[in-house]
Amino acid sequence: MNTSIVSEQQHRRLHPHKFALWVAIASILMMFAGLTSAFIVKSNQSGWRTFVLPNIFWISTVLILASSLTMLMAVKAFKSRGLQQYRTLLGITFALGAAFVICQVLGFEQLWNNNVQFKGASGAGQFFYAIAGLHAVHVIGGVVALLVIFLKSIAGKTKSYDAVPVEVMSMYWHFVDLLWLYLMLFFIILG
Amino acid sequence: MSDTLHIQHEVASHGHSGEPHMHHHKETFISKYIFSMDHKMIAKQFLVTGIIWAIIGGLFSVLFRLQLGFPDQSFPILETFFGRWAEGGKIKPEFYYALTTMHGTVLIFFVLTAGLSGTFANLLIPLQVGARDMASPFMNMLSFWFFFAASIVMLSSLFTQTGPAAGGWTVYPPLSALGLASQGSKSGMDLWIIAMTLFVASQLLGGLNYISTILNMRTKGMSMTRMPLTIWAILFTAILGVLSFPVLLSGLVLLMFDRHLGTSFYLSDIFVAGQALPNEGGSAILYQHLFWFLGHPEVYIIILPTMGLASEILAINSRKPVFGYMAMIASLMAICVLAFLVWAHHMFVTGLNPFLGSVFVLLTLLIAIPSAIKVFNWITTIWRGNIRFTPAMLFAIGFVSIFISGGLTGIWLGNSTIDIHLHDTMFVIAHFHIVMGVSAFFGMFAGIYHWFPKLFGRFMNNTLGYIHFWVTLACAYLIFWPMHYQGMAGMPRRYLDKSSWVSFSQFHSLDAMITVATIIAFSVQLMFVFNYFYSMYKGRRVRSQNPWGATTLEWTTPIHPGHGNWEGEIPEVHRWAYDYSKDGRDFIPQTEPVGEDESAH
Repeated sequence: MNTSIVSEQQHRRLHPHKFALWVAIASILMMFAGLTSAFIVKSNQSGWRTFVLPNIFWISTVLILASSLTMLMAVKAFKSRGLQQYRTLLGITFALGAAFVICQVLGFEQLWNNNVQFKGASGAGQFFYAIAGLHAVHVIGGVVALLVIFLKSIAGKTKSYDAVPVEVMSMYWHFVDLLWLYLMLFFIILG
Repeated sequence: MSDTLHIQHEVASHGHSGEPHMHHHKETFISKYIFSMDHKMIAKQFLVTGIIWAIIGGLFSVLFRLQLGFPDQSFPILETFFGRWAEGGKIKPEFYYALTTMHGTVLIFFVLTAGLSGTFANLLIPLQVGARDMASPFMNMLSFWFFFAASIVMLSSLFTQTGPAAGGWTVYPPLSALGLASQGSKSGMDLWIIAMTLFVASQLLGGLNYISTILNMRTKGMSMTRMPLTIWAILFTAILGVLSFPVLLSGLVLLMFDRHLGTSFYLSDIFVAGQALPNEGGSAILYQHLFWFLGHPEVYIIILPTMGLASEILAINSRKPVFGYMAMIASLMAICVLAFLVWAHHMFVTGLNPFLGSVFVLLTLLIAIPSAIKVFNWITTIWRGNIRFTPAMLFAIGFVSIFISGGLTGIWLGNSTIDIHLHDTMFVIAHFHIVMGVSAFFGMFAGIYHWFPKLFGRFMNNTLGYIHFWVTLACAYLIFWPMHYQGMAGMPRRYLDKSSWVSFSQFHSLDAMITVATIIAFSVQLMFVFNYFYSMYKGRRVRSQNPWGATTLEWTTPIHPGHGNWEGEIPEVHRWAYDYSKDGRDFIPQTEPVGEDESAH
């Protein structure tokens, strides 16, 4: 892809797709910065209610950290032409990502049963649903992308040694991982 | 993203019979005109969609001006067209608010953001930096189709039973958060939010592409400081959009939660029809912060591209290099940074801490400095130039003149003490319509007249262009100048009928005059639309590759460039974009190497 529009000289620079992803990351960060600063503004006002984070979110944190590790190893395997290993690691990453999303949903359910709900007075819980929910949507996007490149690595007839798509995938995946760490810390400290 | 470059048959048969890597590629109607990945076609798609929206949005203003200008008059034709929205030929209050809300939404977002940036960023970035296409042509196509989907949703909201969103284009809660609050807060409001979400997605996809194309895909020799100012302006516009639209999205997500899930992000202690709502602890001001964090950069998203277009057109048509090229870039950058730091000047009367307010006053007034630098440089660019008064040049000069008129009142409104008096009056309407409505339109018209030959290989009709310019200029001042006086007298904006106030009834005939001028201005714009479509098919043909004698790369492409823009190699760039009237030559193209006895700029 794009061989015709990326000239030799341009290959030495950052690949446009990677660059575009960096800009997209900045953009997504602005959204979460907006939401978390809204949280801070609101938390100083009267009628604010806090909540206790269910322990299951620690499990999901471990899952997504592990998935980042397997993603890292998958890229290494791809670059050293270890296709079989690459497939396995990609599959594990996908499974961990999906497990993360399931854990989040279970966590939301627990929180809901602990009487942190939408109705009535405003509070940290309502923000948590909105912010962690939006994060989960971004993870789901990543999980779908993982599934696509996983299926491609199995079913693809033509072998591609171009590392850029895999690297772009792993950049995004590390980003949603780090974003979750930030949100987790944020809610532990301020929630 | 295809591996082959597509050239239209017409171009390929021009005599250059093919570099080895170019093939005749048969394009179907769908791949060429509908799901096109060619940046030039996408630019045309944005422009035509923008024109359609501009007609709709402009018509809305004519309708509510009828009400404001002739509040006692009945217009039976309105009932014919709008039925129960205008019973007895009089515009109903709900209809009036829906019209003003949609007028703002449509013109700000759909015309002056998507229609303007979408057109000129797509057309000019690859052509002026020397690239075959955008960094990701597929994402670029997606950007248009998200915009199209947003347009369809927004358009459909006009036809719902309870009508479109009607709480003002800023959709402040609690009005927008409670369906019970008004007719325009029901399904129309949901469709508004969905449409805007799609719109933000479109802007982000587009912005990503613009930035990565400008920074990564420039041709050999095209250093950043050799780029035309159009590209610099578009770069800063895209940065603003990519960093501020997501914040609007986060505000809208919370608004959706409040509307449908019963949360209390924005709602607190509200009674509707005698019933207390369970919401507690929410803050409507929070929404305003999130909204204006986009809302203020948004006005620069509108005006920066036109600043770039005007700089380019003024230099070309006065046959002089643009004055203070680096200062132009620096001031664009300063505006871009300050744009993020001034949003609370829209909120001086919300109970904002006066100390905080004074910080925002200072930052707001600082914007006068880069703006004044730009104005000074534009005037100095045309100073003693060999001016060619093409319609594009007239609109570019008009842009500068109107930007000054509107910018000066910005200094008034930026002072919180004066703003407390002028807030929510017609003065504000006059200010922002002149500084970002009319002047952005002038810049856009300048761009359309100037680059029409590149878009369609034909010229637009000049006579119609001159009529368009002079009538629009006169009407713009006739409409908005008197509004300043109304505003200073305290006349509020958004009111349906002010005739029962003794203090405002003195403005009766003034309001009627404004309405008449609005109708004239609107019909002249229809004439422009006619000129546009007529010239597309019947306009005078462009015979030479470089009809304006410009230095930039887009004029080194064939008259009808195919997908891939240049036949053969992309030209190399050796100099900046503004070598006009240098060393006794009228202009020196960017592709010409710097001679031995010549000093590089």
